[in-house]
Amino acid sequence: MPYKIIGSQCTACSACEPECPNNAIREKDGTYIIKPEKCTECIGYFDDPQCVAVCPVENTCVVDSSVPRYQA
Amino acid sequence: MESNGYSDVVSQQASLDAAAPVDQTHKGCGAAGGSGRASCGSSMAPEDMAPGVWEKVKNHPCYSEEAHHHYARMHVAVAPACNIQCNYCNRKYDCANESRPGVVSERLTPEQAARKTLAVASAIPQMTVLGIAGPGDPLANPEKTFRTFELIAREAPDIKLCLSTNGLALPDYVDRIKDLNVDHVTITINMVDPEIGARIYPWIYYRHKRHTGRDAAQILHERQMQGLEMLTERGILCKVNSVMIPGINDRHLVEVNKAVKSRGAFLHNIMPLISAPEHGTVFGLSGQRGPSAQELKTLQDRCEGQMNMMRHCRQCRADAVGLLGEDRSSEFTTEKVMEMELTYDGAARRAYQTAVEGQRHEKAAAKEAELRDLDGRGGDIAILVAVATKGEGRVNEHFGHAKEFQVYEANAHGVKFVGHRRVDLYCQGGYGEEEALPTIIRALNDCAAVLVAKIGGCPRATLKEAGIEPVDACAYEFIDAAVLAYYKSYIDRIEKGEITHTHRGDAAIRQGAYVAA
Ligand code: SF4
Ligand code: SF4
Ligand code: SF4
Repeated sequence: MPYKIIGSQCTACSACEPECPNNAIREKDGTYIIKPEKCTECIGYFDDPQCVAVCPVENTCVVDSSVPRYQA
Repeated sequence: MESNGYSDVVSQQASLDAAAPVDQTHKGCGAAGGSGRASCGSSMAPEDMAPGVWEKVKNHPCYSEEAHHHYARMHVAVAPACNIQCNYCNRKYDCANESRPGVVSERLTPEQAARKTLAVASAIPQMTVLGIAGPGDPLANPEKTFRTFELIAREAPDIKLCLSTNGLALPDYVDRIKDLNVDHVTITINMVDPEIGARIYPWIYYRHKRHTGRDAAQILHERQMQGLEMLTERGILCKVNSVMIPGINDRHLVEVNKAVKSRGAFLHNIMPLISAPEHGTVFGLSGQRGPSAQELKTLQDRCEGQMNMMRHCRQCRADAVGLLGEDRSSEFTTEKVMEMELTYDGAARRAYQTAVEGQRHEKAAAKEAELRDLDGRGGDIAILVAVATKGEGRVNEHFGHAKEFQVYEANAHGVKFVGHRRVDLYCQGGYGEEEALPTIIRALNDCAAVLVAKIGGCPRATLKEAGIEPVDACAYEFIDAAVLAYYKSYIDRIEKGEITHTHRGDAAIRQGAYVAA
């Protein structure tokens, strides 16, 4: 399952964007979004999902259970 | 009198006359000795500041209390991301290290920021410093920060560049900072003990990992010290900011002061924690209080003997434009700036700056004369005097229009700036706001007098009742000279038995964002 950003909580601080190893994050209409097909949950790059680790608002970058898990 | 040195950059710069004694409690040149530097009599630099450093800071509106009457800085908000979390910060708002909690500044692209800087510099010759301080951490947004600096350096090489950081990423960027000729860096350092740090920082994001607790504070501490040492090695000026959090790091800041001084920081600025539940910060919500004016001053006094303390910091908002304390940002919104015709006039800017130098010397002479007149009378008596000013180092603001008061300490040996107190405007649209007056009195409660250009009859009576003497006799005079003249009259009246000297109480530090109306 890829990660998603809960838009209503995102402060648009941009911290997550450069940290994503897959360039899956970008700004759209004043908030940041994750492209689900690009997100690998950081598997193969880092131990922790980077967007979660850097985001200042708890529970804003969360698993998107509506999309199947990423297959490495 | 030639043996008096200064530890306090503020009083030093306010005097400009190196031979005048300022504060007896400071060690003289002889006592400080051994540095091999020019004697106080011939050097204007404070005793614990290297001569080259003094050259760099004497006109800096952020670092020189005296210069900030004449010169201005601006900040551009190009750096929204941060790599740590502070308990006094709510990241919906700007970085609390440089601005007030509860303020959101307009985020700019590097191109917009450069254009805005040039527009302001063209319109305001006083604008000599451009800073990047947020809304997040400039070095957590290195590309945006350095791109902005590059663009400005290309168009307006006379503008000084500075940045403020929490220090976590600093060691990685010191060389880039050096290459871009950034000569002022501010690091916010609140602790040198990770146990204390763990109570201030819930987490940091470092090398692709989130660290928490003591581990996080330990890494942050090491990076801050390393960054500071690297800046010093490369001759880049470094100021340290600390947020005073009563019960957490208040006593510890004396140790922080030693640690940063020994690593070459040239100024240490202790700021009060500003904390209210509506800011939504961890400290705001937990009821952590900020210090009172006297608690802050006592701590600053304890640290002062060891290095230059900076007391005029207003914790201004990160996109403020204009002289410190005066905000003209509404004239330079992105929309307006993008439409402006820009011509950058270096010659006009230099002419202004030359005129200012003349004024500063005039001011020093006026103070010198008052000091000679005072002739050491007054003994141990020290008083605080509040001043309403809108710049140029003069008593030139109406009591009712003052958004803040500057507080000076006078004693038998001189006068020095000790802080400023923000207040609510007493006069809103021509009539006095009765609710504002008690707030002003609380903010000035430790002062014997308030010097103003003008004051109405009603606030005059209320101030007197509260034991604060309103004085408009010195309207438009230079502040230092006016404060000394007041001190002299105070001593005269004591000697004649007209008044008795009493110790005044404490005063309140206003909570809330500094946003000029
Ligand atoms: S989990 Fe990793 S790959 Fe997915 S969006 Fe976040 S940073 Fe990018
Ligand atoms: S780090 Fe969090 S708050 Fe900042 S832009 Fe990304 S999702 Fe939004
Ligand atoms: S460094 Fe500044 S922006 Fe970052 S958490 Fe601390 S106060 Fe907030």
